[in-house]
Amino acid sequence: MNRTLPRLLMAPAVGTLFLWMIVPLVMTIYFSFIQFNLLQPDQSDFIGLENYEYFLTDPSFGAAVWNTIVLLSSVIGITVVVGTLIALLINEPLAGRGLVRILLISPFFVMPTVNALLWKNMMMNPIYGVLAQVWIFFGAEPVDWLTVHPLFSIILMVSWQWLPFATLIFMTALQSMDREQLEASRMDGANYFQQLRYLYIPHLGRSVAVVVMIELIFLLSLFAEIYTTTGGGPGDASTNVAYLIFKQALLNFDAGVASAGALFAVVLANIVGIFMIRMVGKNLDK
Amino acid sequence: MAHAAGTELVIATVNNGHMIEMQKLSPAFEKANPDIKLKWVTLEEGVLRQRVTTDIATKGGQFDIMTIGMYETPIWGKKGWLQELKFDAAYDANDILPSIRDGLSVDGKMFAAPFYGESSMLMYRKDLADKVGVTVPERPTWIQVRDLAAKIHDPKNGVYGICLRGKPGWGDNMALITTMVNTFGGQWFDMKWQPQLESKPWKDAVTFYVDLLTKYGPPGSAANSFNEILALTNSGKCGMWVDATVAASFVSDPKQSKVADQMAFAQAPTAVTPKGANWLWSWALAVPSGSKKVDAAKKFIAWATSKEYIELVGKTNGWATVPTGTRASTYAIPEFVKAARFAPAEKMAIDSANPNDSTLPKSPYVGVQFAAIPEFQAIGSTVGQQMSAALAGQTTVDKALKAGQVAAERQMKKAGYYK
Repeated sequence: MNRTLPRLLMAPAVGTLFLWMIVPLVMTIYFSFIQFNLLQPDQSDFIGLENYEYFLTDPSFGAAVWNTIVLLSSVIGITVVVGTLIALLINEPLAGRGLVRILLISPFFVMPTVNALLWKNMMMNPIYGVLAQVWIFFGAEPVDWLTVHPLFSIILMVSWQWLPFATLIFMTALQSMDREQLEASRMDGANYFQQLRYLYIPHLGRSVAVVVMIELIFLLSLFAEIYTTTGGGPGDASTNVAYLIFKQALLNFDAGVASAGALFAVVLANIVGIFMIRMVGKNLDK
Repeated sequence: MAHAAGTELVIATVNNGHMIEMQKLSPAFEKANPDIKLKWVTLEEGVLRQRVTTDIATKGGQFDIMTIGMYETPIWGKKGWLQELKFDAAYDANDILPSIRDGLSVDGKMFAAPFYGESSMLMYRKDLADKVGVTVPERPTWIQVRDLAAKIHDPKNGVYGICLRGKPGWGDNMALITTMVNTFGGQWFDMKWQPQLESKPWKDAVTFYVDLLTKYGPPGSAANSFNEILALTNSGKCGMWVDATVAASFVSDPKQSKVADQMAFAQAPTAVTPKGANWLWSWALAVPSGSKKVDAAKKFIAWATSKEYIELVGKTNGWATVPTGTRASTYAIPEFVKAARFAPAEKMAIDSANPNDSTLPKSPYVGVQFAAIPEFQAIGSTVGQQMSAALAGQTTVDKALKAGQVAAERQMKKAGYYK
């Protein structure tokens, strides 16, 4: 069969998409090899790998990579575990279930910046925040969250935001479970924990994979919460790779080093991506 | 398209109170100049800086008028990125305060017109100082400030001795820390452009700062900058505060501040030398050199930075709210002097600052609380991060300064100051 015509017809669309992707990428690669500080556009020479060297030897670089990994794994861990628990809890019929669900899901609709401001000013402020008031009520010294536990505070905020998403996915998955199978297992004398182990959790496997993958994609570029609350600090305690690139591009106006950093992030995302696709792929094969 | 006879000016500005007022009052300008239409792009400070810098550096031409500060103006002016501003005699450019005018000029040519100007000063609670029997002199030393902070520090009752900026950023904590380093006898770079962060004045100043703030400051200082401290001061939680003079009009406004009547003002504290103890900043309006609407843009700038504009604000909104720190004539307006208690201290602070001579040892750079070189933003924000880490107790002052020194050397080397 002649496939030339369909291919020809598709070519403009594919071509556009390809350009859409390749032009920014090529420009980034180009910028990463030249000295390009926005404040000194007159000195833009080809400098080879120097930008990469500067990005990789940046004193904040190690901390940023480590913080990115810690952030990702803790938020994903928290949302998956707690999300499953909540989903199981509200899976059973209870009075006002609709309202409970709406309340549970609402944090997801708060914008990241608003979320950060909310936590920073209303919850974690060591003088008039809600948490400080609770601490004072029990006669304890209020914790200065953003200074003493900056990364943990960010993890808390982001988890709060993403927990509803996980819960929502798990909840829908649980709704689709085979009632007859559950009934049968109960007739056979399985207790709740056995049901959990052999029915609920295996059933949730696929949705866990979906949640992990989507959160990975979004959390790799986590930025607004850090920018609004800690500014990456104190020191580098809450700087992640995305924030480090931002610092190079828009605080230092060094487009060259920022491009090198962006390419590093692309590589990092791809490494994570390969592992994820393998994991999810395995899960879907079953 | 048919109505395209008029000129449309796109103005990028910062969302500070004074600029918001300017937008509200701009119909008066449009009425007087019916052929000019104004379009505002109002942004938060950091975002504004990013937008205008990328625009001017890439010759984007999005804006006809940009709001820029004392840091950008000399750098951009020298590069030829800005139009020189020359106005007629009625504008009275000689009325502009000399230190502000200097900071916005290169080789005597003015490249931006000041919309408002500020320095830094000490704002304190007179009632608390009276209670412990301390009189604050017109220009106190940091030691005196520390002693008073120790006496009035009373966290059990929600009063902290002193509030200072701690949030990392070259315009945040580093603005204050640099003035402290100046007055302790230090500088950013020596005449060979070598960073001086491990020198004795830096160690003294930063040790003093960290010690003062951890002992007598509020919890959470490492995340506080201007707005956070303003909120704390207005709710009566800060005994003292060293920050921008523009804060004075807020903390002494009974509509915003619970302690408006108690606030008193003095000069920024000194240590070894009074040089560079008061910072100097101005938000100013400038025209990018590529603009095709230069005449209209200059007309608007002349209006917005004129004596008449100040009068207009005074008459419509009250004299305590006029943009200050730009013109000597403002401080001669009787209604203003009566309405603004802080005016004499503010004027004195601005007059005492000299961006060309702000450090005890000779420095190669211009600027009081910054060094007006393109690399400074990167260096300032990295060092700011280190300082906030030291303040939070995550690292020692020595280690933080060493890390700052290394970062500064890296940047200077990358920029080709030396091999």
